[in-house]
Amino acid sequence: MPRRDESSTAWGGRVPLALRVNGVDRVLRLDSRVTLLDALRDGLDLTGAKKGCDRGECGACTVLVDGRRVNSCLTLAVMHDGAEITTVEGLARDGVPHPVQEAFVEHDALQCGFCTPGQVVSAVALLAEGRATSDAEIREWMSGNLCRCAAYPNIVAAIRQVASAEGPPPTTGGAAA
Amino acid sequence: MHPFAYARPDDLGTAVAAVAGDPAATFIAGGTELVNWMKDGIARPALVVDLGGLPLSAIDETPEGGLRIGALARMRMVAEDAAVRARYPVLAEALEAGASPQIRNAATVGGNLLQRTRCPYFRETSFPCNKRELGAGCAARTGPHHLHAVFGGSDACIAVHPSDLAVALLALDATVLLRGPASDRRVPIDGFYLLPGETPERETVLRHGEAIIAVELPAARFAARSRYRKIRERASFAFALVSVAAAVDLGDDGRVREARIALGSVAPKPWRARAAEAALVGRMLDAEAAAAAGRAAVAGAAPLPDTAYKVTLVERAVARTLAEIGGWA
Repeated sequence: MPRRDESSTAWGGRVPLALRVNGVDRVLRLDSRVTLLDALRDGLDLTGAKKGCDRGECGACTVLVDGRRVNSCLTLAVMHDGAEITTVEGLARDGVPHPVQEAFVEHDALQCGFCTPGQVVSAVALLAEGRATSDAEIREWMSGNLCRCAAYPNIVAAIRQVASAEGPPPTTGGAAA
Repeated sequence: MHPFAYARPDDLGTAVAAVAGDPAATFIAGGTELVNWMKDGIARPALVVDLGGLPLSAIDETPEGGLRIGALARMRMVAEDAAVRARYPVLAEALEAGASPQIRNAATVGGNLLQRTRCPYFRETSFPCNKRELGAGCAARTGPHHLHAVFGGSDACIAVHPSDLAVALLALDATVLLRGPASDRRVPIDGFYLLPGETPERETVLRHGEAIIAVELPAARFAARSRYRKIRERASFAFALVSVAAAVDLGDDGRVREARIALGSVAPKPWRARAAEAALVGRMLDAEAAAAAGRAAVAGAAPLPDTAYKVTLVERAVARTLAEIGGWA
């Protein structure tokens, strides 16, 4: 179950912080102990990113920081002054779900749904990284997102569908090792 | 998590002075280790100095024909670097075998080298651990210990070092560049880590207040023909049971001129298998030589009941990695 440690209640702290979250400028004053995940969930009421393990092992807290996917539980909010954050709440455009979200629904790529926001955000990043050229590559590059319901085959199918629809993605680096 | 003051200096001298001047201060870079330590009560700094604002993430050519990798370069950035991939493939492979894409986007080269052991008795503070509290005892000695050391352990500690990157750097003869409050130091990676002996809490030669600022890779002839092989309990996103970084330089006659073999997750520090290297030099790189190197790699191993399997695993993993380099695997 998600744990709630004392840092979660440490609002009204001393460190000022400006974030651009899902396209909206937000200003916070936080205790230095608050993780980015707690700042999003408890400070900004964006509860899409989930607190699963709170140790970087499950990926349920995955968000984009300046376009890069990271575990928001493993980083302090105060380290990201001026950063642009995208959570699962920021993926839809004008009420239309992101293609990855549509594909997850179409392929039933979830059971309980707790890991799904992290899976979806991670998949969006994976597609941008150009790491969805085969099922094996999708599995490897989604390895930071665990699904205790083991919806993995459907998650891979959903991502494969979006990758196929988008065509070959731009490469972000050299060939796979 | 205990309260701490937070500072984000915009120059390195200020950052180093801030930590050097306060025994309860520490650096933070990617945060993927320190944040967990603070949550778990393994670290309780009173001041956290963020290096994130400093320009220490570039990958540059050195005048000697090697590469200098800034300490704040993220794991992903180094793994994707074209020069790293072409000239030091073992390094890119080790980085991509480590952690998850999310962690590789955050974790830095310097922080990776300063990871602490994944020994469950160290991480779970309800167990006695000499590394956390000297004299408390070692729960791994009496409890299940299949993740633990077969080389270099002591009565006080048999935990293994978890970094893949450090194993690759050991096989590449890398040097760690340090900035202290008074001076800079260059430490060969082979001398950077300490064996536990009776002081398992001391893991590196880093002094309080010193920061890793870069890692330098020499222009070694063996670097381009190099591989990293990692054996885990699941296919991805797991720490190694055993890993091998191997690099081989072949002469025009096809014989091994020089070799580097380093092992991961078998000792409290990345472990150089010099006997295995010696077993290769002067020979054709073939299955027989690879098998001999595998046997030599485990000479002197001191396994405990739960780690005996690692000896077999290392022997085969070394031979298999050399087979991949030789092109017959």
